[in-house]
Formats: sequence, structure tokens, C-alpha cells
Amino acid sequence: MKSLRTVTYVAAAAIGFAATAGTASAETNLVVVSWGGAYSASQQNAYHDPYMANNPAVKIVNDDSANEAVAKLRAMNEAGNVTWDLVDVVAADAIRLCDEGLAEPIDHDAVLAKAPDGTPASKDFGNLIVSECFIPQIVYSTTFGYRTDLVKEKPASVCDVFDLAKIPGKRALEKNPINNMEWALICDGVKPDQVYDVLGTDAGVERALAKLGTIKDDVVWWTRGAQTPQLLADGEVVIGSTYNGRLFSVIEEEKQPIAMLWDWQVFDLDGWIIPKGTKNKQAVLDYLKFATDTQRLADQAKYISYGPARKSSAPLVGKHAELGIDMAPHMPTDPKNAKTTLLYNYEFWADHRDDIDERFQAWLLQ
Amino acid sequence: MAMADATADDYRDSPGQLVTADGKPLKVALRRALRRQRMISLALAAPLLVFVLVSFIMPIADMLFRSVENEIVADILPRTVTALDGWDETAGELPGEDVYAALVQDLKVAKENRTNTQVGQRLNYEKSGMSSLFRGSARKAARMTEGPYRPAMIEAHKAWGEVETWQTIKLFAPEYTIGYFISAIDAKRTADGGLEFLPEEKAIYGTLFVRTMMMSVAITVMTLLLGFPIAYMISTASTKTGNLLLILVLLPFWTSLLVRTTSWIALLQQQGVINDALVFIGLVSESGRLELIHNATGSVIAMTHILLPFMVLPLYSVMKTIPPSYMRAATSLGAHPWLAFWKVYFPGTVPGIGAGAILVFILAIGYYITPELVGGTSGTFISNRIAYNISTSLNWGLAAALGCILLGIVVIFFVLYEKIVGIDNMKLG
Repeated sequence: MKSLRTVTYVAAAAIGFAATAGTASAETNLVVVSWGGAYSASQQNAYHDPYMANNPAVKIVNDDSANEAVAKLRAMNEAGNVTWDLVDVVAADAIRLCDEGLAEPIDHDAVLAKAPDGTPASKDFGNLIVSECFIPQIVYSTTFGYRTDLVKEKPASVCDVFDLAKIPGKRALEKNPINNMEWALICDGVKPDQVYDVLGTDAGVERALAKLGTIKDDVVWWTRGAQTPQLLADGEVVIGSTYNGRLFSVIEEEKQPIAMLWDWQVFDLDGWIIPKGTKNKQAVLDYLKFATDTQRLADQAKYISYGPARKSSAPLVGKHAELGIDMAPHMPTDPKNAKTTLLYNYEFWADHRDDIDERFQAWLLQ
Repeated sequence: MAMADATADDYRDSPGQLVTADGKPLKVALRRALRRQRMISLALAAPLLVFVLVSFIMPIADMLFRSVENEIVADILPRTVTALDGWDETAGELPGEDVYAALVQDLKVAKENRTNTQVGQRLNYEKSGMSSLFRGSARKAARMTEGPYRPAMIEAHKAWGEVETWQTIKLFAPEYTIGYFISAIDAKRTADGGLEFLPEEKAIYGTLFVRTMMMSVAITVMTLLLGFPIAYMISTASTKTGNLLLILVLLPFWTSLLVRTTSWIALLQQQGVINDALVFIGLVSESGRLELIHNATGSVIAMTHILLPFMVLPLYSVMKTIPPSYMRAATSLGAHPWLAFWKVYFPGTVPGIGAGAILVFILAIGYYITPELVGGTSGTFISNRIAYNISTSLNWGLAAALGCILLGIVVIFFVLYEKIVGIDNMKLG
């Protein structure tokens, strides 16, 4: 069977080679994989375009398949033909790719630029470097938006999501236990610092599901980040969770009557990994040094409301490139927004995700 | 050469045998010519055959094989697996010092090769917590220099002092496993080799398989009910109108699947076009708006629309071949139009119904993106779970096992169809 697999891969590689053979030229093509949409546009403006202006020999090719990056990278790696050079993934996936040996471990201080005041990169990023393969880029959060015109009373706490009397109507939650279970437990009276101790037990999982069960009939479950903004804009739901950048664009760019509820937002990180087996490692490292320096990370915040991962970038965050509004108050990390927060617990979910997800999905089916 | 001539002569001598001009028997010459023709056509088809083999059959075989493949544990923990052979997993006691020593050795090597986390991932599918156990313990094991290793490992992580941890490793040590199939039927293996079905609140795959079948049947019936009159209309209309209608049927094919699915969201949602219209004409009240989406109804409606052309086209191609004179003859002989339809016209369309139904059904049970977007919780399919295992959980073994079962179900349906209707009776166009 091993030999059959080898034959398949050799054949597939040959077909792939035949397909790319015609495009070889003096310039280096860097294939950068990201999420598409407004997010890729912010990277294009803040990183790719300035870099290509300085390095005419390098051409950056966008690939919008970050959604399936982990599975595709594993397939490419097995086939021995990695065609990507740099991949944008959430931190949990970066850890997983590093664990599976699919991403290159890097020495952050040797590879990345220092802060303007000389602070080494590892200090500047601090504890956001959650894996030796991961180069953090932004801090984003999963939080709630609500329709200002459809709620009688403005929600003040995430627990109002569980209060059908205070906020009648449908709510949108992600079809996934992560974040929902934490919110349910906090609103069921568990102390925030004990959430994962409780969730690590079967009784804790049942407790969280019981709390979610109180609103189950009034929930629209989403799977893609774009769904909640659409559901809110159409009035299908009155409150719903999604990524804060999506809410920013529906509120500020599309001027919908929606407001943010930052209470117990869950921080998560997004950043780069270099896939093992990239054919342009030197060129990628050069690009990466530029694209993750203090100014570039601050520049990205002009186009999308995600917080730069470097401490030294925070003071440089300016105004939105087109709207001209001050971006700092829209950052999830702004002190006014970050009064109560959780940080995605990578280790807990790496251990328990499959088990809890199965229980969660079975609960949805009941 | 002389031999060949001799045989030709022999043949010429035998009476009554037809021979060609060069003296060979006609049968032999004909067979040779036909063989040459077959070789030529095979050679012409060879590129396609090789392509199908390499790009279709082999990857599928490879993927299916993953449902039983389990080399990773023995590859990364070879000494531990060998040492565990002598341990009785049913006795309820921890393995001896030799097993712990073997484990420390294996973990040192694994840490060096960065494979400890891979085996942790694999075993985490079977028992939560294995992922962090292997990540953390390998780091600590790498620093151990001398025994006794048993207390040291239990000190490193208390899970090494639990019998279940070792039972899991031993259970999934063999190179091949049926463990993925067992998970795929909502069961779990017990330490003594038995099988234990999960309690109802944890079982999902059985429900999803049954639901996938039921909804696919519903979608197939819906496409038939809607598609039959359309196909009839197209086949009986004048060429000009018929072509126009055919283009209207084909038009959705040229639109992206996502666009079509998203338009259904805009139409069906509670604040959507259909509900707005119903409220406007007073059929439903403002507070009683219908829930047409994010449930099974949404999946059936959207998928019926998307799959409709696959029913209409085979039906149309079959109906076109039924001469209108049959119906006229039947009615002129005194049959009621209904009887004429049922006894004369309908039997002629059965091959088209068969082809369309099989096509729609098979496409429906594998559908993934539409149920994901409009299915809510009651309208998702088994394929959504396969996708989760492929791309989120990376549990390709389980995904492959679920895929095998799905493939098996399709084959069973196909065989049933063959038995009931007969495969020769199918016309795609």
C-alpha cells in the first residue's frame, strides 16, 4: 500500500510539475496563503504592495485557502510537493501544524526585526509567541454585536445573551463548542479563572450545555464569520457573536444600526507560519522580516480593526485609511473594550476539542 | 516462416474451410484483424485510463485505506509497543518498569525527531488529554538519565499512573485497526476487547447517516415531482420554446453554487422575500413568520433547486424519444387520458426516472456546502461531519471510515436498483 501511495504522489507531482514548468522565470513568486476578503486586502495594502515596490524581483501571489490550510498542508507534505511559501493561520492551527511537523520552527530574535527602540522581537511580541513555529500578526476577538433598534434594553453583559426576557428574539452563536461553553459557564456562575477546570470534567460539559439549552430554540448557529453580520443586518437575529473586525465593517463601513458588546470577548491570535518544505525559504524570511516589523503591523490596523501583535506597534495605530476615523477605540485590546476578557486556551482545546465537539454536536442533534 | 507456410497449406487442404487470398483461414485472419483493432482502440483510450487510474482510483483507494491504517503508534513508540506485549491489560495493574524504561527511550528519540506530538495527536482521538500528555512528558523524559523510570514518569504526569492510558496505547498499537470504523458507528472498544455503544447523548454518526438517507430520498422525490412536468413540457413544446425552456433549466448550472445557496438565504429567511410576501397578503401574521431556513426544510428546498437539472435532463432525453402517436393511439382506442398516460406513456419514461433518481440521490448524499450554510442543526448531513474530521480535527482515519460506509451505502443502493429496475434500463441521454 505504501508503494501505491508513492506511485500516486510521484504521478501527481509529475502532473503538477508539467503544469508549472511553463511559468519559470527570473522573478521569485511567493505564494502567500491567507483568508481572502477584507483581511487579505489589508495585508495587500500594508505588507505586499510596499514590499513589492522595494523588491521588484519578488512577486507575491495570494491564495485564499487559509480556511483549509491545515488539511491542505498535510496533503501537500505527504505528496512531497509543498507549493506554499507562507501561511496565515490562527494560533491553534499553528500549534497543531508545529506539532505535526508541518511548519518550520524559527528563532524569532534571529529572523524578525527589532522594535524601533531596540527591544528584541521575542520581547516585543511577548507571550503571544505561543509556538516556536508561529509569528504573531494580529490580536482579534470573538465578541457580540447587537441591533440597537431591535433591542428594548441595551445588553450590558454577555450573560444577557442567555436572558430571553431581557433580550427576546433570535441570537447567532458559532456552531462549535469553543467560546460558547466558556460564556455559558461564566453566566452560570463559574468563576472565570476556574472555567477550564470545570469544563475539563463531564459534569462541567453538561453544565455548560444545560445553560446553552435555555436558549437553544432561539439560536441560529453560524459556521462562517460573514454569517452573523448578514443575519444582524437583515434583522434575522438581534444579537450574535462573530469576529470583531467583521462587526467593525458592518457598523462603520456599512453604517448598520449595530453596536458592539465587548464583555468577555475571547482574544485569539492570527499569524504566519512557514510551511516545512517551502522552496523559497530565504525569500520568505526576507519578506517576513519586513512584513512583521513595528510599522507594518501598525499600518495594517488602518484597514481592519484588529490589534497589532507587537507592543511597540500600539502607539503607532492611526486613522482608518478611507473613513478617517480613529482606529484605537475599535481595537479589541483598547483598555475601554478589554475590561473583561478571556484568552483562547490553546492547550485545553488541543486536548479536549474532539471529545467536547462530539458531545456538542450530539446535543445539537437532540 | 516455413512453419507458418506449412500450416497455411494444411488449412488449404482441409475441405470446406473458407480461406483468405494469402491462404489463411478466414476465422484466424478475422480474429487477428479484430485483435489489432482492439489494441489500437485500447492504445487510444490508454491516456484516459491511466489518468483515471492515477488521479481518481488510486487516491480513492489510498483514502479508503486510511480507515484501517494505524502504523504511527508502532512507528514512533516501537520499544514501548514490544514491551507492552507482555502486559495483561485486563488485570487492572500498571505495567512494569521495563515498559516505562522503553517509553522513556522512545520519547527521547521522538522528542529528537519532533514526532512525540504526532503520536499524541493520534491517541488524543481515542482519549482526551493524550495530546498534552505526550507534548509535556517528552520534554521531561528527555532530561531523565537513569531509572527507576516508573515513579519518574508518574511524577512527570499523573496520567502515566492510570491504567486507562496504557490500555489505550496497547489497544491502538497494532499496525491495522478497525477502531475508526468502531468510532464511526458510535461505539467504543473496551479494554477486554468488547464493544460498547456510546450513550445516546454522545452518539452522532448513526443519526446523521439515517438523516442523510432520509433527506436525500426526500430531495430525490421532490426533484422528480417538480422535474417530471417540466421535462414533459420541454419535450412536447415546439423546438423554439423547448430550447428556451431548456436554457432556463441549464441557466443555474452557470451560476456559482455559493451564489445560488446565498440567494435562497435571502429568499427564505424570516425577514426574507417569501415571508415578507406572505405577511403582506395576510397568510401569516407578523409574529408567526415561517421558519424556512436553518433547518431541514431549508436544506431540502435549496438542494431540490440545485439538483433539479440532474433530474430534468435525463427525463427530457427519454421523453423526446417517445412518439406522441402512442398517446393518440391509446386514447383513440378508448383509454381515458389518465389510463393512457399511466399504461402507455409512463412506462416509457422509467429509464429516465431511474437515471435521474440515481444521479440526484448520489449527488445529494455527498452534498456538503449547501447543508452547511442553510441546514442549521436539523438539516446537516454526514458529509458535514466528514469535512469536520478532514479539515478541523485532522482525523483522516475517521473521515475515511465514514467515507467507506457512505460508499458502501451507495453501492448497496446501486445493487438494489440493479435488482429492481435493471441497470440496462437506465438512460442518461
